[in-house]
Amino acid sequence: MADAPLLDIQGLTRTFPGVIANDKVSFSVGKGEIHALLGENGAGKSTLVKMIYGVMRPDSGTMTLDGEMYTPHKPSDARARGIGMVFQHFTLFEGLSVADNVALGMTGTGRNLTKDIVALAAAYGFTVDPHRLVGTLSVGERQRVEIIRVLLQKPRLIIMDEPTSVLTPQEVDVLFRTLRRIKSEGVSILYISHKLEEIRALCDRATILRAGKVVASCDPRQETAKGLAEMMIGGLLKPPERAKTAVGQVRLLLDGLQLKSDRPFGIDLKDVSLAVCAGEIFGIAGVAGNGQIELMEALIGETPIASPEQIKLDGHPVGGFGPQQRRQRGMSFVPEERLGHAAVPSMSLSDNTLLSGIERKQLARGGFLNLDAATAFAGEVVERFGVKTAGVAKAAGSLSGGNLQKFVVGREVLQAPKVLVVSQPTWGVDAGAAAAIHQSLIDLAAAGSAVLVISQDLDELLAISTQIAVIANGQLSSARPAGEITVEEIGRSMGGAAQANAPALAGV
Amino acid sequence: MFRLEPRKELSRKMFYLTPLLALALTLVAGGIMFIALGKDPFTALYTIFIGPLTTFRGFAELLVKATPLILIAVGLALGFRANVWNIGAEGQYVIGALAGGSVALAAYPGGGYWLLPLMCVVGAAGGAAWAAIPALLKTRFNANEILVSLMLTYVAILLLSVLVDGPLRDPEGLNFPESRLFQNAARMPALIPHTRAHIGFIAAILAALLAQLALARHVIGYQIRVIGAAPAAARFAGFSETRIVWTCLLVSGALAGLAGLFEAAGPVGQIVPQLPNNYGFTAIIVAFLGRLHPLGIIASGLLMALTYIGGDAAQVALGLPSAVKSVFQGFLLFFLLAVDVLVTYRIRWMRRGMVL
Amino acid sequence: MDLLANILIGVIVASTPLVFAAIGELVAEKSGVLNLGVEGMMIMGAIAGFAALISTGNHPLALVAAMAGGAVTALLFAILTQTLLANQVASGLALTMFGFGISALWGQGYSGQSAGPFPRLNIPGLTDIPLIGKLIFGEDYMVYISLAVVAAVWWFLNRTRGGLVLRAVGENHDAAHAIGFSVVGIRTLALMFGGAMAGLGGAYLSLVQTPLWAENMTSGRGWIALALVVFSAWKPWRCLAGAYIFGGVTILQLHAQALGVSIPAQYMSMLPYLATIVVLVIISRDKVQLQFNAPASLGKVFYAAS
Repeated sequence: MADAPLLDIQGLTRTFPGVIANDKVSFSVGKGEIHALLGENGAGKSTLVKMIYGVMRPDSGTMTLDGEMYTPHKPSDARARGIGMVFQHFTLFEGLSVADNVALGMTGTGRNLTKDIVALAAAYGFTVDPHRLVGTLSVGERQRVEIIRVLLQKPRLIIMDEPTSVLTPQEVDVLFRTLRRIKSEGVSILYISHKLEEIRALCDRATILRAGKVVASCDPRQETAKGLAEMMIGGLLKPPERAKTAVGQVRLLLDGLQLKSDRPFGIDLKDVSLAVCAGEIFGIAGVAGNGQIELMEALIGETPIASPEQIKLDGHPVGGFGPQQRRQRGMSFVPEERLGHAAVPSMSLSDNTLLSGIERKQLARGGFLNLDAATAFAGEVVERFGVKTAGVAKAAGSLSGGNLQKFVVGREVLQAPKVLVVSQPTWGVDAGAAAAIHQSLIDLAAAGSAVLVISQDLDELLAISTQIAVIANGQLSSARPAGEITVEEIGRSMGGAAQANAPALAGV
Repeated sequence: MFRLEPRKELSRKMFYLTPLLALALTLVAGGIMFIALGKDPFTALYTIFIGPLTTFRGFAELLVKATPLILIAVGLALGFRANVWNIGAEGQYVIGALAGGSVALAAYPGGGYWLLPLMCVVGAAGGAAWAAIPALLKTRFNANEILVSLMLTYVAILLLSVLVDGPLRDPEGLNFPESRLFQNAARMPALIPHTRAHIGFIAAILAALLAQLALARHVIGYQIRVIGAAPAAARFAGFSETRIVWTCLLVSGALAGLAGLFEAAGPVGQIVPQLPNNYGFTAIIVAFLGRLHPLGIIASGLLMALTYIGGDAAQVALGLPSAVKSVFQGFLLFFLLAVDVLVTYRIRWMRRGMVL
Repeated sequence: MDLLANILIGVIVASTPLVFAAIGELVAEKSGVLNLGVEGMMIMGAIAGFAALISTGNHPLALVAAMAGGAVTALLFAILTQTLLANQVASGLALTMFGFGISALWGQGYSGQSAGPFPRLNIPGLTDIPLIGKLIFGEDYMVYISLAVVAAVWWFLNRTRGGLVLRAVGENHDAAHAIGFSVVGIRTLALMFGGAMAGLGGAYLSLVQTPLWAENMTSGRGWIALALVVFSAWKPWRCLAGAYIFGGVTILQLHAQALGVSIPAQYMSMLPYLATIVVLVIISRDKVQLQFNAPASLGKVFYAAS
């Protein structure tokens, strides 16, 4: 490793109203090093990299790049100095072609990039069709487009923000090989993640952030995953307790569910069948964009489906009903997006209970709202789920991600549904809140409900599910008991359908 | 340089303060405009904003002008809260006057205590029917209600001009394109004797109170608020967007129709081509200035009525062009939208040259 | 045959203001902003151009003034919606009302005056060709300008890096911001171009079509232009075609009267408005296709968290 660091950061601070996102953060990235930036959700990793890439500016602190002052005012400054970034939420344009997308991410090129794209992809062992619309690509393919875009600029440092959260285990292996190869060419990589095992497998050094501060710096290869977790969370969380519950009869049955997506670049559901019994937690794994959104819409009843018989609750067809009638019959839902879908950000917590609680909690009488009952129910959710808020009159949007998610899950769980459908229950949520949410799902199942969890987080599914199936390109694999299925098997199912349908980008 | 930072919660204080701030800015801008026009700004502003309130007649006229503005704006506000943009209230107003007024003309010269209520029902139904067209095209064919309702306003005004020049023309009126004067049974009872203020004002206040009750306490009002604030959350809850679109358009159409009928049966007393008085468009400003809040709309409706009367007074007394009125209204909406940012964001001023 | 040529010339005259207004709005919408204030920008262009012509007598200068009138009005909209993050629908309405008020005030002294004839292309030999000569080589200059603008917009959007960036901003403003494009700056420029074109469209009414100044003389054309953009599926050449079809409907109405169709004139005057509604219904029916064609960020407020 070279002795003089490539990027040196000293005392970087950035505040938002009420929050210090980064508090005097200092660390350095060596030349040709893969440096991990480790921290849980909300620790300040994203703010830090946005400052390095010039998207945001620090309130105070300095950065030096290769010994020279580095003060990027905009991303093109960062690119000009040899820093490239692969974003977690990709900065791609669905309606434009691969070539156009690459051109947009590069500064000052008028030339035709088609040949360069194909050549570079080939050098790294991918195939890419520069003329395809990005909207038609899988998530893994999109990431490769982003990587190609960065590599074409011959960077000295590449920032990768949570790159594996959208990949199958097999795709992760490919990515790691690519990253090691980039490193071997002398390029440094700043690797942001909260996944301990992959950091131990890939990175040379790690800087650990907690609540906006650097709390430790280490060689992750010398640490255990448990040790890293302690540094990251600041303590140890006990894994969710799973009581042995007797499995009861089938409560939720999907029988050949079909749905034609009505969104641009949407995924049609093809013949999705599954059965969730009382006491079970049924996990659906899969990479984003394989029909999860459409499946959730069909289950909630937001989009009408072909035949009522395709969804059954306790043996009765409910597929012809809207969300309210399904709730009346005992279903509850927690969609993926907290803000704007599961909750109205500008409304108070007590008003937000009315979204899904009117039917089962009798929060309205004769068409008029029972606001006292709504306030009482909101108070119950806050208390039972340990939601940190100044009161139920506070707007939902003022809560942190973890607290709002606890509120939303609590609102549904406390309605004691027969069937609970949850999508991404702990997406972007801190570890403490995630543990509480997992425990509440396990307890709900133990009390005799059927729980269906759709998640892209395999670790989560392996920790709480009793059965796991994989959704790929709108099709659901057959379910396997969670104790018998391996990560590799799940990974193969995740990738299988996507590759069969995407001949232009067949991976390695 | 400044930076906008989102507030975690809407600022209550700013929510109520911004309309006043917008008004203040409008007065300043208006003053500058008067100086540019070579008039004394203080005299002009006094004539427009204070003068009308100093006489009893002026006060009564205020109620006359405020009635249609409040009625229409209350209906529009319900829709705007739900992101249903009915901007064709002017057309619904015209159709309401035509439909309700036709009842009076058909019964002429007869009529009893039943006539006026019947006219009101038919007028409201007329407005609602006109608004049902964008509702149907929106829910059935996804056609943008802004453009459809606006196009229908042009159609309605043309229709008014055909009808007063034909079937509704006063047979004894020397071929003027006007209907005959309504019989007494078809006129709005006076609210204040010997003035043009009529009981329609009471109806407008009632409409605002009912709308407020619905918004704050009724399931329909809750659905309207959710659809406007977070459409995806409304789908999650299972609220029917189609139903809300229909509700908002029918209610706002009916209220606009009623306003038109009140105008025809009240201060005007007949159907004339000049009936459309821009109330349908001004009510959009009234709705925003009242913060899309029915009680706020009562206040903003009265204020906007003042610009109508004051504008006319200034035209007579100071020889100011009538366009001054519309410029004022435009300023007001502009400034309101501009300062509205303070409700959801806070402004952080920064010195130039900071590393920000 | 001469009648046909005259009808076609009439169609062109009726269509050209729509071509200008719609192509300008198309560019603004491609950048992701829905500016409903086209009507207000048109009327401002109409009075600015007219006033400039009356005081200078110089046609090119009048056109520059019209463009400036529209662009400055659009700048107000840009400040409201891009800097102060105001609701785009409400701001568009405000722009229209404001435009009507200011133009009426400004136009006080100009009613009753005439702008005189607008210069026309005249190529000896070509313009004199029977039937098609006047049609193809004898229009007023603004017609040729409008066609050139449509071609230039097509070329810019599809063949230049600037156009690619503009489309990218309209497609996904967050991604464009993250890559480092100035979303607010690009949108402000696009809006001002839209305003300048709407201004030219308005000036066409007051300088060529009538040619005099009257309050509210745009009478809904700005709104029709908005519908045309939807109709065109955000494609410049389809926008041109749409404008000409609408011009045709307007002219049909005039000629029907001339041919002695005995229904009141008002019914015929309703035709363009009704046609707009019909077109909207036809084009909006397929929601998925409409979503696919429309710029994905259209009408959404952009807030940069930095």
